[in-house]
Amino acid sequence: MMAWIAELLIAGLLVVGAFFLLVGSFGLAKLPDMMRRLHAPTKATTLGIGALLIASMLYFVSVRGLLSFHELLITLFLFITAPVTAHLVAKAYLLRHPELRKDLPDVQASGGWATLGKSPQDTQRHEA
Amino acid sequence: MIAAACVIAFVAISVSLLLNLYRLAIGPHALDRVLALDTMVINAIGLIVVLGIWFGVTIFFEAALLFAMVGFLSTVAFCKYLLRGNVIE
Amino acid sequence: MGTRFLPQPILTLVIAGVWMALANDISLGNAVLGLILGLVIPLLTQAYWPDRPRFKNPWRIIDFTLVVLWDIVMSNIQVAQLVLFRRGDSLRSQFVRVPLELTNAEAITILAGTITMTPGTISADLSADGTSILVHCLETDDPEGTVNAIKERYERRLMEIFA
Repeated sequence: MMAWIAELLIAGLLVVGAFFLLVGSFGLAKLPDMMRRLHAPTKATTLGIGALLIASMLYFVSVRGLLSFHELLITLFLFITAPVTAHLVAKAYLLRHPELRKDLPDVQASGGWATLGKSPQDTQRHEA
Repeated sequence: MIAAACVIAFVAISVSLLLNLYRLAIGPHALDRVLALDTMVINAIGLIVVLGIWFGVTIFFEAALLFAMVGFLSTVAFCKYLLRGNVIE
Repeated sequence: MGTRFLPQPILTLVIAGVWMALANDISLGNAVLGLILGLVIPLLTQAYWPDRPRFKNPWRIIDFTLVVLWDIVMSNIQVAQLVLFRRGDSLRSQFVRVPLELTNAEAITILAGTITMTPGTISADLSADGTSILVHCLETDDPEGTVNAIKERYERRLMEIFA
């Protein structure tokens, strides 16, 4: 009975994880502009990978009887690096696409946004 | 039951990889391609993990861990290059 | 916290734990090897750690972690719904500015990471003087409400953790 519950849990986690990976990639292919596209992969894929790794951990403990917890390292690594990746891609995108700058809110501080150097208003004034 | 779930996961992750390839091919910006590559790496890690369950061996996890690290580093290097024009200043 | 030969006790334990996870084995031999690495690595890298964060109330980290983990799961479901059931053009996305009360660099890093991992928001940039974060929302009617939610839910907790 216990083995059956464990199997059900592992199978459920595998399907849920694969579903979230698919949603993340589908969002990447479907959404119309870069900043919106950034949302889908960074969020959906971390939970997808997390579910797959928990399934793997449960599988090796309950079915094979091996203690296996190095999956935790991959989960931890991905949870730490995913925001960093998203932040860097967003910064690079803001720098490379000046037409976005009119959408940015006023920074209300000297120095402007760190990536752009000057405040968006200044940049527009220079171009005008 | 686990075998059936593995097959479903293989199919879903393979479709994800194809969707990422589509985004990698059409772009339109360099950063879309960087993001598509990053997502492909994550999907490939998922594929390796499911493969480990399918064969019942833990030896694939080193590959998954190394892949996660190399994927993160390459994405950071790409973004750094697009931000500053060079990788190491 | 920390003495001359044990500059970072928490880092020592983390390195020992990561070593045992890498070896995928809990045994006395690996624990000793992990602890040796955990003692040597902080001593060798001490020169590169200019200052370390001061904690006011470290136990609140547990509370913060649970809140963030719960929000990650909820945000995934929410973003999945938006991606699957809405036309991409109909999503009302916009940039908002979140003014910061935190001054600690580590705390701001954690806040930026948390914003990216939680419902419909991504931290895109920081102002040059470190007083506000630029946040992109996937779907919002009420920018003010989003900013207040971030400040109430995460920033207040972080301010309790870091001195």
